[in-house]
Amino acid sequence: MGCSHSVHNETKKSEKAMKAAVLIQNWYRCYKARLELRRRQALNIFENIEYADEQDQMQLAKFFAFMLEHYVKNKSSADNLPKIFNPEPKRKSDEETIISLIEVPDTYYGPRLKFPLTFADVVLLIDAFKENQILHARYVLEVLLEAKKILQQMPNIIHISSTVSKELTICGDIHGKLDDLFLIFYKNGLPSGNNRYVFNGDFVDRGQNSMEVLMVLFSFLLVYPNDVYLNRGNHEDYLMNMRYGFTKEIMQKYKQHGAKILHLLEEVYTWLPIGTLIDKKVLVIHGGIADNTDLTVLEQMKRNRMRSVLMPPLVPAVFDPRHGHFSHELPPPAMLAMEQLTKYEWDQIVNILWSDPRSRKGCYPNTSRGGGCYFGPDVTENILTKFGLKMIIRSHECKPEGFDICHDGKIITVFSASNYYEEGSNRGAYLKLSHDTTPRFFQYQSSQITQAKTLHERVDIVENAAFRILGERMIIRKTNLIQAFRKYDPNDTGKISLSDWAKATEEVLELHLPWMSLCPRLVKTIEDGYVLYNMGFKDLPVVRAPKVAKAGMVETLVRYRSDLKIIFNIIDKDQSGLISMDEFRAMWKLFCSHYNIDIEESHVDQLAHSMDLNKDGSIDFNEFLTAFDVVHRATNKL
Amino acid sequence: ILLLHWILVFNAVDGNNGESLQAKAGLLELQKKIKEAFEVFDHEANDTVDVREIGTIIRSLGCCPSEGELHDLIAEVEEEEPTGYIRLEKFLPMMVKVLSERRYRPIPEDLLLQAFEVLDSAKEGFLTKEELVKYMTEEGEPFTEEEMEEMLSAALDPETNTIQYRDYLAMMVIDEN
Repeated sequence: MGCSHSVHNETKKSEKAMKAAVLIQNWYRCYKARLELRRRQALNIFENIEYADEQDQMQLAKFFAFMLEHYVKNKSSADNLPKIFNPEPKRKSDEETIISLIEVPDTYYGPRLKFPLTFADVVLLIDAFKENQILHARYVLEVLLEAKKILQQMPNIIHISSTVSKELTICGDIHGKLDDLFLIFYKNGLPSGNNRYVFNGDFVDRGQNSMEVLMVLFSFLLVYPNDVYLNRGNHEDYLMNMRYGFTKEIMQKYKQHGAKILHLLEEVYTWLPIGTLIDKKVLVIHGGIADNTDLTVLEQMKRNRMRSVLMPPLVPAVFDPRHGHFSHELPPPAMLAMEQLTKYEWDQIVNILWSDPRSRKGCYPNTSRGGGCYFGPDVTENILTKFGLKMIIRSHECKPEGFDICHDGKIITVFSASNYYEEGSNRGAYLKLSHDTTPRFFQYQSSQITQAKTLHERVDIVENAAFRILGERMIIRKTNLIQAFRKYDPNDTGKISLSDWAKATEEVLELHLPWMSLCPRLVKTIEDGYVLYNMGFKDLPVVRAPKVAKAGMVETLVRYRSDLKIIFNIIDKDQSGLISMDEFRAMWKLFCSHYNIDIEESHVDQLAHSMDLNKDGSIDFNEFLTAFDVVHRATNKL
Repeated sequence: ILLLHWILVFNAVDGNNGESLQAKAGLLELQKKIKEAFEVFDHEANDTVDVREIGTIIRSLGCCPSEGELHDLIAEVEEEEPTGYIRLEKFLPMMVKVLSERRYRPIPEDLLLQAFEVLDSAKEGFLTKEELVKYMTEEGEPFTEEEMEEMLSAALDPETNTIQYRDYLAMMVIDEN
């Protein structure tokens, strides 16, 4: 009959439609999954490399200790130590005099601040920064000086109480991303007596506006000292800044007074409190804890003696009364003149700034980062119980959603720098705490693009950036990589299996990544599952080093260029950018022996000469090192 | 493509009792590939992943199970008392089997096109935004709002507010390669 026939048709039609829909949904989900894998892989690459970089600094720290001992051995008193190892206590009047001598010219159209700062000043500052203006060095120094005065009065761990009516907002790493800070203020309101904030460290480095972020935060601190709390992060460390971008930013924005700013900044960092304790129950610290974390010790130590994670305290020599001298060769005056924390105190604070929570029980060294430790849920439980705490809020790790909860709700990670690795890599978040209730999280993702990009485009961007930095790691070990490949090819056929390639690459680069799936993107030729390793890599960045330099040496210099930069800066006592050839040679010798590098001094000399950098027997080390910067071919990004 | 190669090698020698050296090598490579995909989501490097990521892992290895089929696969590898985590130990053999038996193969382009044509009841060569949203969020194994938005961001032609599905598919194929 007509009716049932059409009903039957309808049913068939809708069945068909359902099947078609499922097909399309299925296909799309697979497509999405493949993109998601690529995105995660890219993030893993970023994270792996970031932590490997941090690990490198352990080596640098040891080198400094080595250098220090070397200097101290050869000098009879503290006076001859390079200033960097023994800063003279600065007299207040000196600093203020120096700053007051800096004139702000009439041609300066940026914001002019009046001290003591008011809310109006800060608003002025924010508006100026939104217009990309740069605050004059005079005001930067004044803000830093005033901030130091306030911070000096604060205890190591600040105790605050939450209130029923007003919520407290806690933000994590900002890393110089001014647009994220402004986004938080937009969503959550500016700091004030009614709107309290805790900023949990890592305000600077990596992003382009570390100075502006710092100025905004310190200004709010000056205006609302009882409502804005700034905890020290592992990047509030002048030596870290040399590696991770803030020092460079300062020298670029403040060519004339940059050095003064760096000196004052170094000190201001040491006065930042280590943590905040809310209602005696919620501890807010930047990194994490260790099994021996002792709040009492942390509260009592002289925190301003913690200058840098790269400068651990030297173990004092033991006085040998029988022979009337110190059994170690170090002369005591030079050593004792340096104000140091005890090793125990120093470890306590490094753990607070560098540790990461993990699900594995126990406490063990944080080998990824080279500082602090990994702590398990049992450690958390013990420390919380021991000190009567309810939970710990920390930052320090980038999370895709901007926050993370682990250890059964007792450890919260909050990270406020969205797009940390690259546009589209992750969201940022902040949390709000009110009296006795569970924290509420707010997420965001700042974006400079006016049009929304498709998922595919966003993943491409993140992935390309990840491969760029991977390329940088590979190029500095190219010689070693080829050597390793040859080992797996005893018959010299020019090809090795994919899995051997993966093994070799992981060995050389010391990065645990999915090399087998990354391989097709990194090498030029793969045939039948074999890598033709002599055909080279795809799209590796290049180094513009002069031709006279030998390949092995170039790679070494590229690899250690950021460490070398720090070392040169330290030797350069008057911050002129120049060090003498003698100093250069002496340092170079030490460096090579300590890092087990096999480069002859004469080669380096040759190179320096050929580059015609010798100006009156000095080396302009910035120029020297620029030659070993890495340039990417496809784009013009450095 | 590399993955497919190893599956072919593995299958090709299966006839000779599957014991040849090549087959063994093929199996090893396959396992490595699966392990790598797994490890991307293994945040703590302890050979476990959150069960909610299993779907992504399986699909990223080139399989296209439906949500229902995925459910079944997860049930196979879950612990007796579900912990919210899946261990590599259980996942690996299951995945090797799925891949070597060539289950849940991806949908060929022409079938995909046919599917769109089925939904295009007026046979105009395109779907309106409303039509697509209705089908994707109400029929079959419905999309979440996020999934829908994402698909639209690439599929929707903003000028006509329609989905020109032939062009869309052609673009997706290029993107993938």
